[in-house]
Formats: sequence, C-alpha cells, structure tokens
Amino acid sequence: MKEASPAKAYALHLGVIALLFALSFVLPEYHHGLLARIMVLAVFAMGYNMLFGYVGLLSLGHAMFFSAGLYGAGLAVIHLGWSVPAAFAAGLACGALLALVIGVLALRTSGVAFMIVTMMFAQVFYLIILYFAAWTGGDQGLVVPQSARVLVLGDTSLGLTNPTVRYMSALVLFSIVLLVALVIVRSRYGRVLVAIRENEERTKMLGYDTFSNKLAAVVVSGTICAASGAAYALLFGYVGSTFASVQYSILPLLWVLLGGAATTLGPLIGTLFMYYVVDITSGYTSAYLLIVGIALILLVLFFPRGILGTIRQRWLGWLP
Amino acid sequence: MMPLLTTKGLSRNFGGLRAVDGVDFALMPGEIRAVIGPNGAGKTTFVSLVSGRIQPSSGMIVFDGGDITNLPAYARVRLGIAYTFQITSVFANLTAYDNVALPVQRTLTDGRSKGAVYAGAMAALERTGLADRAHMPAGQLSYGHQRLLEVAMGLALKPRLLILDEPTQGLADSEIDNFIGLVREIAKGATVLLIEHNMPVVMQLADRITVFNAGRILAEGTPEHIRANAEVQDAYLGTTP
Repeated sequence: MKEASPAKAYALHLGVIALLFALSFVLPEYHHGLLARIMVLAVFAMGYNMLFGYVGLLSLGHAMFFSAGLYGAGLAVIHLGWSVPAAFAAGLACGALLALVIGVLALRTSGVAFMIVTMMFAQVFYLIILYFAAWTGGDQGLVVPQSARVLVLGDTSLGLTNPTVRYMSALVLFSIVLLVALVIVRSRYGRVLVAIRENEERTKMLGYDTFSNKLAAVVVSGTICAASGAAYALLFGYVGSTFASVQYSILPLLWVLLGGAATTLGPLIGTLFMYYVVDITSGYTSAYLLIVGIALILLVLFFPRGILGTIRQRWLGWLP
Repeated sequence: MMPLLTTKGLSRNFGGLRAVDGVDFALMPGEIRAVIGPNGAGKTTFVSLVSGRIQPSSGMIVFDGGDITNLPAYARVRLGIAYTFQITSVFANLTAYDNVALPVQRTLTDGRSKGAVYAGAMAALERTGLADRAHMPAGQLSYGHQRLLEVAMGLALKPRLLILDEPTQGLADSEIDNFIGLVREIAKGATVLLIEHNMPVVMQLADRITVFNAGRILAEGTPEHIRANAEVQDAYLGTTP
C-alpha cells in the first residue's frame, strides 16, 4: 500500500465543484440565491468541522469567529471605506487573531469545560457588539451600502450585488476552502489531529506537542469561519448581532453532525439539507420546526454518523 | 562509561502515600534492565516519572548528561525516551499503518519525503511481524497483535531508551517466545527498561534486575544474584526469617 491513493478523492471534490458551477446556469433565481448563501455558510461549517470533526474539540462559541469576520470586514467597509479585498483580509485577520487569543485561553480546558469556556467567550463577544452600538449598530445591525460592495479587478468592476457575481464569488471561496480542508486532513498534520482526537495522552507519548497542534487547529478553524463571515458581510450586505448569538454557535454543530463529522463534504451536505428542509416545510405549515425536529430525530436514528459519515462507514471507506 | 539515565532522590507522593521514595537509579547504555517487584511497589510510577507522564514531588532525572526533570513528556520523547503503555493504548480506529506512521513522521526532520514515512512505517511493522495487517483498524487486531503494535510504535520513534511496561501481559506462551526474540533484536540498537511480572521472561532477557518494594529499591544485580537474594524472596513470598 501507499499512503492511500489521492486521485479518487480529488476527482470527487473537483466533481462537486464542477456540479455547483454548472448549477449556476440552470437554477431558478430563488434557488440560485439560496445556494450562494448555503455555500458561504457551508464554509462556516467546514471551519467548525476542522476543530470538531478532526480534533474532537466541541466548541459552543464559533459564532464569535464567524462574526469576527463579519464585523471585521463590514466595519472596515462602512467606517473606513476600505475596498472589498482589503475588508475581506481585515475580516480574516480579526478571526485569526481572535482565534489565537481564545485558543490560548480555552485550550487550558477540555471536554465540557471547553464547551462552557468557548460559549462564555462568545457571549462576551456578543455583548461587546451590543455595547458598542454606536459603531456596530447594536441589535439593529448595519447594512453595507451597495455602492461599496464592488470588487475592482484591473479595469473591470464587479458588483457583488449581481446574482451571478455573488454566486461565483461564493463558489470560489467554497472551492478554495474545500480543497484546503482536503489537503489538510490528508496531510501528516491531519493525521496528528485525528490522533489527538482518538487519544491525546498517547499522542503526547509519541513526541507530539499536542497543545501547539490544537492551537494551530483552533486558528485554522477560526480563520475559515471568519472567511465565511467576511464573505457574508460583503456578498449579502448585512452585518448583524444575531450572527454572534449562541444560535449561530449551535447551527454549525448541527450542520456538521447532519452531514457527517470528520468528512470533507459533510458540512456542505448538512447545510444544504438543513436549509432545504426548513425551506420546503415552511412552505406548507407555520409549524415547520416540528417537522425539522422529526427529520433530525430520524436522521440521528438511521444515520448516527451523519449522512456522509454513515455512507463512508457502510459503503465508501475511501471518502476523506 | 557514563550512564544513559540516572535518577537522584526521585520521589512522588500521592496524598499520604509515597509511591516512589527517594530512588537513586542508574542505567548503562545498551543494557536490558528488568524492573520487578510486588504489586504496588511503585514500578509503573517510577517509569512514568522517567517518561514524564507524571511530575516528581522531588528529586532529579538526568538523561544522557542533561537534566530532564522539568521537561514535558513530548520533549523527552524527542530526546529518545519511548514509553509503551501497560494497558494497550493503540489508536483503535486508525489502521495499524497509521498507528505506526504517526511516530515515524515525528522522527523525520525533512518534511517533504513522502516515501520515507511509508518506508519507516512498514519497516517497523515488518520487524514486529504485522506488515500483512497494515490496513486493518488497530482495534480489530488480536490482543497479542495490539501489544506488538504498541511495541512497533515505540520502535518507530527510534528511541535510545525504550521503556516496556509489562509487555507480555496477556500474551500466549508461543507469542512470548517471539517477543523475547524481538526484545533482544531491539536491544542491539537501544537500551531497554522492562517492567515485567513473568519471571522466566525476566531471567532470559535481563542483563541486570532492579527490585522495587514499597517505593524503594530493595536490591539490584544480575539475575543469578537476585534469584539468590533472601530479601527479595521475603518481599515476594512475605516470609520473615
């Protein structure tokens, strides 16, 4: 054997990207917009999965990383008049820095304590956003003006409000993050992360500084989530404190669990599934959450490892 | 010749219990040293202190001339102290190959050589006779093979000191014979510190034996010397002359 042949895995991922690209030309307007949003949020889920799925660290505070990107990019445009690429970079930087600080503090704990500590930090972050309402818009949030959401590339300027540009921007971000995630989890570093998840004590006794490895994972995870937040602000033009609330820390967990933790494509499938279940059922009844709940229970009963996780376990062992 | 490992006044308290009590110990390079003693004598605590899994209450540990008392466990592993667990603790959900690839990739300093991880991992699996099971999840291996995998992981670290904590526990007699051969093989390139209850294994393998009792070293010497030692017989059999 070799270190498992990569061709199949890469072909599958490129195929998914190609499919999403093709869908842009056939989807009706409503679903086109929804899918763009789902791709951006799937990036959030992929960032979450990096830490939860591969390292086994359950955070209940990832909304702060998403909103660090959201506000980092949004406020840079609104208050400083930065261009789209600069604002996106600012969002990434905010997320990476926040993840580094939170990682150093929160990784002193593990298990339930880690969940509580990350949740508390996220609440602090949420309250800070509300407190500085003069700049952040408080619970009303802020709208990023359309005039500022223009991506200038050389001589061409692309309005991010244009549905096709928006869809393609979301797809580019999604594709980059998907491929980066694939490379990471197949790398030696990915193998160490999984080892930490499986048995941290043993990993230490193989000579690995598990704290540094975990901290790096928190920063990678936080940065990916911030990329999603920054893209959300720039593509959809709304920066609001709801995104920093605890609900947005639970959602990525749910998406990842649905799609399959520790699978590279699981986050996309989970996000897609959740959005469409809500979308379809809310069309029929106002009690759609009841149906969503039942769907979730059925899924946990029959697909305990998530959709893709179960498929991998039963049929396709090579899935990354 | 300078000892590879020395401890001076090494102690560890658990509440009121002195599990390890002022141990002065020296281990020469190339030696196979067995550590024996009744249950609760402090053997595992002692090697845990050496490997850095627990911190000493007092005393000092010197490895290859350097003070390692305050180094974290992972740093000691990098210096060449490998520890194989008493309770089998392989990564059950990973394949045997991945289990061994982890320590191999740790020891490789040039990060770009993909073939080297494969070669190193397969070499360690071959030495322990597990090469044909490389693809199996470690949790599905038989108990004896899991113990061998544990040793393969230790070997893959290319240690200078390999600590084996009750390696033959739960093995069948036929497996034990292979195991003795394997440890002799390993000892050609590394110093071995072996905690073992199985006396025939100890007598066949050890160059010297250290006997622990109640957290202290009771006796130390060659297998013949220890076999004849009256104090050791007391500690094991509980008779007072």
